[in-house]
Amino acid sequence: MLTAWPFISQMNPDASTIAAGAPIEVDLTPIAEGQDIKVFWRGKPIYISHRTKKQIEEAQKVPVASLPDPEPDSARVKPGHDQWLVVIGICTHLGCIPIAHEGAYDGFFCPCHGSVYDTSGRIRQGPAPANLAVPPYAFVSDTKIQIG
Amino acid sequence: MSGPSDFQPTNPALKWIERRLPIMGLMHSSFVVYPTPRNLNYWWTFGAILSMMLGVQILTGVILAMHYTPHADLAFKSVELIVRDVNYGWLLRNIHASGASMFFLAVYIHMFRGLYYGSYKEPREVLWILGVIIYLLMMATGFMGYVLPWGQMSFWGATVITNLFSAVPYFGESIVTLLWGGYSVGNPTLNRFFSLHYLLPFVIAGVVVLHIWALHVAGQNNPTGVEPKTEKDTVPFTPHATIKDLFGTCCFLLFFSWFIFYMPNYLGDADNYIPANPGVTPAHIVPEWYYLPFYAILRSIPNKLAGVVGMFGAIIILAFLPWLDSAKTRSSKYRPLAKQFFWMFVVVCIGLGYLGAQPPEGIYVIVGRILTVCYFAYFLILLPLLSRIEKPRPVPNSIADDVLAKSGAKRATVASAAIALLVAGGLFAGSVQDARADDHGVSPPGLNWSFSGWRGTFDRGALQRGLKVYKEVCSSCHGLSYIAFRNLADAGGPGYSVAQAAAFASDYKIKDGPNDQGEMFERPGRAADYFPSPFPNEQAARAANGGALPPDLSLITKARSYKRGFPTFIFDFFTQYQEQGPDYVAAVLQGYEDKPPAGFTLPEGSFYNRYFPGHAIKMPKPLNDGQVTFDDGSPATVAQYAKDVTTFLMWAAEPHMEARKALGMQVFAFLILLSVLLYFTKKKVWANAH
Repeated sequence: MLTAWPFISQMNPDASTIAAGAPIEVDLTPIAEGQDIKVFWRGKPIYISHRTKKQIEEAQKVPVASLPDPEPDSARVKPGHDQWLVVIGICTHLGCIPIAHEGAYDGFFCPCHGSVYDTSGRIRQGPAPANLAVPPYAFVSDTKIQIG
Repeated sequence: MSGPSDFQPTNPALKWIERRLPIMGLMHSSFVVYPTPRNLNYWWTFGAILSMMLGVQILTGVILAMHYTPHADLAFKSVELIVRDVNYGWLLRNIHASGASMFFLAVYIHMFRGLYYGSYKEPREVLWILGVIIYLLMMATGFMGYVLPWGQMSFWGATVITNLFSAVPYFGESIVTLLWGGYSVGNPTLNRFFSLHYLLPFVIAGVVVLHIWALHVAGQNNPTGVEPKTEKDTVPFTPHATIKDLFGTCCFLLFFSWFIFYMPNYLGDADNYIPANPGVTPAHIVPEWYYLPFYAILRSIPNKLAGVVGMFGAIIILAFLPWLDSAKTRSSKYRPLAKQFFWMFVVVCIGLGYLGAQPPEGIYVIVGRILTVCYFAYFLILLPLLSRIEKPRPVPNSIADDVLAKSGAKRATVASAAIALLVAGGLFAGSVQDARADDHGVSPPGLNWSFSGWRGTFDRGALQRGLKVYKEVCSSCHGLSYIAFRNLADAGGPGYSVAQAAAFASDYKIKDGPNDQGEMFERPGRAADYFPSPFPNEQAARAANGGALPPDLSLITKARSYKRGFPTFIFDFFTQYQEQGPDYVAAVLQGYEDKPPAGFTLPEGSFYNRYFPGHAIKMPKPLNDGQVTFDDGSPATVAQYAKDVTTFLMWAAEPHMEARKALGMQVFAFLILLSVLLYFTKKKVWANAH
């Protein structure tokens, strides 16, 4: 049994791939309110949205229990940084990239199989089973985050 | 059946070998004297056709691998270079790419034949299960092969399919990371897929040997489902089956050649001529047509894990068929109910295939669910039930009795069934195109192209004028990076001489180096250089064009398409219409309107174009009357420019098109003649067997 391990283990990401997946820092100052940017980390697109007041309100006032994957908006953003939504832009259905600022909930819309996410990146409609994942990140300063 | 052979070679050298390794005896007993039922119809030739297809795929695949580069940055280009620069590379690639589709078409017919005539029943269970294993291996091989060109559909197909494994509870994410060798589909994924795509066909070949072994132990089934009893029921494999299989294979090759030489992209997806881009998902991710029924099942089930289980279950269930259907009568010919339900099942499968290509919304989802239930009900409820309640008609005493009872009457039914299946297959395949480029509001008008149809050639004048339009207008923003100056002198191209091409090249400044001082320098272009791109990199191109990237034009006429709709795509197959790309490009160049229609808000920095998807295009109107002067007196109008430059770009996308069509005519003439000869030989051989 153990002799098989090297033959399986070699398939996992190699040392250079892991090294390239180290945390990255992103400066938030150029992102105006209502805008968003897409950065790549570990080959995955990450959306950083500067949400407007209206979008924050929409995200907060939804009754959490009514959601397919119940999660309050406060659990998806960092405290005190309500305006910043950072999510991995990979549809939880089958891995396509949703388009920002589209769909009925002003959030994200996946063109592959029609999943719709709201302004908090939560699944509202369509085949995706879960909300858009929030990557591990922290605010280094008020205008800079570290992803990873 | 194939007992020890009494084959004895007379040549002393062969005798010497035969005593040590009785391989000729094995061949002789398996493929020469082997008794084959005398009533086999043409559906039985698909076994031979499949063997041939496996051989063709391995041969072309091994050769393609000699020229292909499995690297995320180079794979797409290396495939284009195979098609453009390798001698007959276009032919090998077309054979291999449409060969995959033909392989699956043949295997589906082979499987439905087994289903109809009960070929999975005792004593052929292991034979059938080996077949299911081959089919699974084929699906894995086909999927990984489709990833190798590293176009958009390759990349996103790989992403969607590998993500299926994330549905596995607890270990899902780890399994997916293991498959990728990274955090997303990337270079390690491409490398291992290439390795496995090269390996699996040989595994298939191994299982095929077992499949044929099992076949030769149990003996072939036949349309009556009655086992051969006496010598009168069988004929020797050679020459009877051999010549019939050859004729069937030859007819199949004719059908295959239609795709190779005239419709190489009919079954493909235009998006796969766009290099893989991890940042952009194509609007519709559609798998190859042969996976569509299972894709439809996946999408019909609203729960992710259940969907994946349902999809794999739909294939695995086939392995249990011998026990699900316990009816004693093999052939559906004598089972009045099973026969009807069989054809309904065929319709369900084709229906699922059609739905797999449609967007997952509204009525499609509901019908998809109904058909998914039908699919499983056929195996789990209907077949077990039928085997208990159905009263089969009496079967003939022997194969010989059946052959004598009727001769000739059934040929018509076989032919009509063949036609029905072909049309269904066309519908099935064409539905892929249906799902493509759905968001084009207005279909471009179809133009008359000199290069359309089976005898189409490029209009040299149009190519030369188009080159001028490209050079003076398009080239300020768009690259043409796969075209070298030497190509301008190639046969089937714009018709310049080698000296003219070299002179054309010398007008360009090409960056070269480093020189002895270690510095880069500029020199005049040579024939071997490629058209230089207007921007050094993607970022520079975006920055200069308001954030939009002007696409490279080398493949643009193949990378764009529009929805053809039902039933147009079926006619397209027969008329060889495949000019969606050129029609679209020419239409966009002429589709500009100064004022957008009322109610349409044009985003800032965009222009209104009637034919562009979404209508807001970042490219300003590129062509105006009188902008380019032609030496040959052709009118200096936008319509003329658009048509000429599109013709030129079609040549740029497929420089060997004239060679393809010319060779196609020779191949067709040869195959038709061969088919006729084989048919009459077959008639002669079988004259006293019917």
